[in-house]
Amino acid sequence: MNEVVRSKALSHYHDDVVLRLVQFSMLWAVVAMLVGVYLAAELVWPTIDFGQFWLSFGRLRPLHTNGIVFGFGVSALMATAFYSVQRTSHVELFAPKLAWFCCYAWQLLVLTGGLSLLAGWTSSKEYAELEWPFDIAITIVWVCFGIVFFGTIANRKIKPIYISNWFYGALIIVIAMLHIVNNLAIPVSIGKSYSLYAGAQDAVVQWWYGHNAVGFLLTGGFLGMMYYFLPKHSGRPIWSYRLSVVAFWAFTYSYIWAGPHHLHYSAIPEWVQSLGMVMSVVLLAPSWATMINGIMTVSTAWEKLKTDPALKFIVLSLAFYGLATFEGPMMAFPSVNVVSHFTDWTIGHVHSGALGWNAMITYGTFYFMVPRLVGAELYSVRLANIHFWLALAGTMLYIVSMWGAGVSQGLLWLSVDAIGELSFSFKDIMASMNPYYVLRLIAGIIFLAGTVLMAYNLYRTIRGRETLKVQIPAVDPPWGMGSPALAADGAAWRAN
Amino acid sequence: MNGLSLHRKLEENAGLLIFGILCVASIGGLVQIIPVLQQESLETATANTRVYSAVELTGRDIYIREGCSVCHTQQIRPLIAEVERYGPYSGAGEFVYDRPFLWGSKRTGPDLHLVGGKFSDDWHRLHLLDPRTVVSDSIMPAYPWLARREATQAGNVAAKMRALRTLGHPYTDAEIAAAPEQLEGLLEIDALIAYLQMLGTGYTGEETH
Repeated sequence: MNEVVRSKALSHYHDDVVLRLVQFSMLWAVVAMLVGVYLAAELVWPTIDFGQFWLSFGRLRPLHTNGIVFGFGVSALMATAFYSVQRTSHVELFAPKLAWFCCYAWQLLVLTGGLSLLAGWTSSKEYAELEWPFDIAITIVWVCFGIVFFGTIANRKIKPIYISNWFYGALIIVIAMLHIVNNLAIPVSIGKSYSLYAGAQDAVVQWWYGHNAVGFLLTGGFLGMMYYFLPKHSGRPIWSYRLSVVAFWAFTYSYIWAGPHHLHYSAIPEWVQSLGMVMSVVLLAPSWATMINGIMTVSTAWEKLKTDPALKFIVLSLAFYGLATFEGPMMAFPSVNVVSHFTDWTIGHVHSGALGWNAMITYGTFYFMVPRLVGAELYSVRLANIHFWLALAGTMLYIVSMWGAGVSQGLLWLSVDAIGELSFSFKDIMASMNPYYVLRLIAGIIFLAGTVLMAYNLYRTIRGRETLKVQIPAVDPPWGMGSPALAADGAAWRAN
Repeated sequence: MNGLSLHRKLEENAGLLIFGILCVASIGGLVQIIPVLQQESLETATANTRVYSAVELTGRDIYIREGCSVCHTQQIRPLIAEVERYGPYSGAGEFVYDRPFLWGSKRTGPDLHLVGGKFSDDWHRLHLLDPRTVVSDSIMPAYPWLARREATQAGNVAAKMRALRTLGHPYTDAEIAAAPEQLEGLLEIDALIAYLQMLGTGYTGEETH
């Protein structure tokens, strides 16, 4: 009896923490993109750091990348994971207080970690720049995130674990593994440590981490977002659930091998480079299987695209996902890499993923989720539509300007004349990048403007409202554990 | 059908799913990383590669602190144009005392792996304090604060050398004891220049400047 009463009193989803994470995510998006725009401006006008160490390019750039990946990205992933895991499990969040701890502790980490980067505390390993005290704190918060997430799954009322949760689960598990192994170091002082690995070995470990932080955080985590919100939003089931399962295992298996393509023509063993290249090409299969699965899911709901900016963002993000996951394997071929490596092409590639895929799917998801969280219409659909075109224009201009910069840089560096002398000095090639850098700055401003519009739009949507107390459905869908008849239904559904 | 029913178990059991993900995601890393960490040739210094002196080590940590590796690579690829531009291509043995490695991923400025000795100390000082006085179109930031801070402010160098010794860098007790003294009277910019001037000397076997 007692139990029934208690479960009734608590039979709503914990969405307050979700909304708070969304707000923090948007805050970091604006801050970190603003830093990005400032960096782009510094490459055009190198003196605008005004001799201040904390505005210096080398210190600001890691702040930009960490702010986007860990501030904007991880906050969005935590928010959507907490939102969707409750709804795909038909239970409330496990240990909600711990979820609140994850929310605030993570924001504190991003803030203090960012300041420490400006102070010059850095390991210099990309996307793992934060020094050892932060590495330990990240591990603790990450384990708490895992406890809340997997605890909720363990309590679930729906027997099969839905595919989005696999991707969020893989995000939590694999990032923990990569983070711990790559950051092993001997501390010297509070803000300085020396890597346990040296030289070529350090490089292989770092790019095993760096590539798969992209893989399991920026790709896998956001695929979890896609697999929950795309079907929800389009009102269509996943086109092929079986394909999503196959693609998940292929993705999880093959991504981890591809890191060495960041080290082509370097001093690491050649077999490692070759293996990294081959597996990068293999990776195209699960990536495109997933993209096709997503596009086919909305293929009978195209008419919704006319009226719904949120769905437009998600569909466009899939297109950029397809573009970036095609470009990546191509850049892993040594014959392409020889031109693209060390150039702005790499920067363009990263942004076709980060702006086109990560930011856009997050925008679409937030436009969908926030009105449902507070029980109100979006403040302005028109602003959201303007944002859509700004985001698309900004991303395209960014990618195209960096293609131009990167390809010309790469070819000019390699260019030799008839008697084998270098055709161009490094200085002249560097100076010729200016027009591309100006275009990139404009692209960044356009994209940032859209993000600011969105932040305002969501602020007006949320302002003065409380999160809805959404009841957990009493009757489970056909997969229910409770009723044998429904369970049989579920089995029949799966067999199809 | 066996595969399907096995998979049903996996998708209905969170513990199994976690275990499955961990196993599948580990394979690639194990196959690539374990052999690399065990390959002795990657840990064997080339004939002229030596550990960083107290001043150079301090300079290197300033290089890391300022994020120089964000825009400068230290990795010369085995391509004709690169070898002509920068010098002999890089081998693993030249990096065995590099913790962390500083190969970089973006070459906004030129590669620095063999920059030592190519410019005078005075050139470097001018260039670091105001790059455009010596390279007219440079987009490099200026680093005026390096000429305002004592090299001893850049961390406890003896503690650093002791930490590196536990990782196998052959520093003697005498070298570590003498280290703090060597920084006396130097500015951070001097330490950074000492580091830049030794880059590549390990390869050619020249004495440091």
